[in-house]
Amino acid sequence: MTALLIAEHDHATLKGATRNALTATLACAPEVHVLVAGHQAAPAAAAAAQLAGVSKVLHADGPALAHGLAENLAAQVLALAAGYSHIVFAATASGKNVAPRVAALLDVAQVSEITKVLAPDTFERPIYAGNAVATVQSLDTVKVLTVRGTGFDPAPASGGNATIESVPAVADSGLSAFVGSELAKNDRPELSAAKVIVSGGRALGSAEQFNALLTPLADKLGAAIGASRAAVDAGYAANDLQVGQTGKIVAPQLYIAVGISGAIQHLAGMKDSKVIVAINKDPESPIFAVADYALEADLFQALPELVKAI
Amino acid sequence: MKILVPVKRVVDYNVKVRVKADGTGVDIANVKMSMNPFDEIAIEEAVRLKEKGVATEVIAVSCGVAQCQETLRTAMAIGADRAILVQTEAELQPLAVAKLLAALVAKEQPGLVILGKQAIDDDANQTGQMLAALAKLPQATFASKVEVIEGRVRVTREVDGGLETLSLSLPALVSTDLRLNEPRYVTLPNIMKAKKKPLDTVTPADLGVDIAPRLKTLKVAEPAARKAGIRVGSVAELVDKLRNEAKVI
Repeated sequence: MTALLIAEHDHATLKGATRNALTATLACAPEVHVLVAGHQAAPAAAAAAQLAGVSKVLHADGPALAHGLAENLAAQVLALAAGYSHIVFAATASGKNVAPRVAALLDVAQVSEITKVLAPDTFERPIYAGNAVATVQSLDTVKVLTVRGTGFDPAPASGGNATIESVPAVADSGLSAFVGSELAKNDRPELSAAKVIVSGGRALGSAEQFNALLTPLADKLGAAIGASRAAVDAGYAANDLQVGQTGKIVAPQLYIAVGISGAIQHLAGMKDSKVIVAINKDPESPIFAVADYALEADLFQALPELVKAI
Repeated sequence: MKILVPVKRVVDYNVKVRVKADGTGVDIANVKMSMNPFDEIAIEEAVRLKEKGVATEVIAVSCGVAQCQETLRTAMAIGADRAILVQTEAELQPLAVAKLLAALVAKEQPGLVILGKQAIDDDANQTGQMLAALAKLPQATFASKVEVIEGRVRVTREVDGGLETLSLSLPALVSTDLRLNEPRYVTLPNIMKAKKKPLDTVTPADLGVDIAPRLKTLKVAEPAARKAGIRVGSVAELVDKLRNEAKVI
């Protein structure tokens, strides 16, 4: 059995989620090939060849693959899919966008956001915002999976020595075109890979206060900044900072929830964090039920104090 | 241009579901059911496109049990013109739903399909993409802005790290994210009007689709519970605990 893992990358470097997905893939099949589909993505392919446990890297390079368009990327995967027992994606925005197209065109089911591999055909995955965990068995010959990064440790980035094989890139489908992107640029760690996350809710009151209060703490802890849906909807924080059932799923060593009440949809995105701190002035906040350390306090006083004390 | 909007009947988002004692699933008897919130956003977007004169007809579709009619009536109260129920008591998985919808796309020939990015029960996030692949439509998932301009649809998508804009040829499929719009409240007159709008019922067999499940659920369990934490009385105590007990700072 050989599995094909679709690398998540920005053409120059591999995204961390690829390494978590690799650990899951190695639990499914003894041999793992990695597809790096991109444009001028030789550095990403070289990085993939270094991953421990990978035996071959397939490198497809062409302009149609420059922006990860779902139609083209799915066609690229399908062109190479024959013979693989598993086709695996990280459960990132890109993986979730493309994997179901591949599954549908192979006429097989997809198992989304697996958190555990029990057997090569049997997986655990959370349902109902993580309020239940389903064990599902795929009856199809090919398993198409997306992997929730928080369920698996990242595979070592080095130690591997895979061969890199160039494969023909697909042509553009002509159906969709990339117009542009606005990606946030900052030096903070990526939310889904951060060891510490400082996350703010609606109680911060405004975008200015959200930044003024959370940034010093995040700077001091080397933390990523997250937000509740309420804070994002109110315009205090960018969309991609939302932690929750349908936003980012995170499991850092330390998650500090500030002024977040703790709706089940938010808890779904962070309750696997190792240590949870909640700072809230409402003693009845549901967030306190999952917090290891609960501080009932006015965040406008507590946060500056905390920054000073650390 | 017609817009087809698939909607799913799910456990209401405010309900905290309980796992059945025998581990076969979650208990949904006597639990409040509602339209999947992302699908409500999809209906709202379709109706707004009709109000702008971009679309001529909005068709809501649901696949499942007879009670999905209620979900379709809600869609029509928001503003859909008519509805189709693909009725079955059988378990439906995303691939089967995508095939049923693909059959309806072939029949209705919509210019746009708009649906929620994910249902909040199975959290699969698959049906839209699968439908797009089967119906050979371009897709823009996780949409936060949709504009139909000169025979194409321009969609801003929420992706990791920010936003991305795509331009798709029509017909096309769009899946909605939370920030696309805020669905209107349905008013009593519109609920009354919705009762008179046409609702057709078909079966998977009528559409010639095999809906046999491909995934077998072996067990459903409660997630591991977190052990109870402690209340700290001050910032100083919190820092002390984080430093010396949890050792995370």
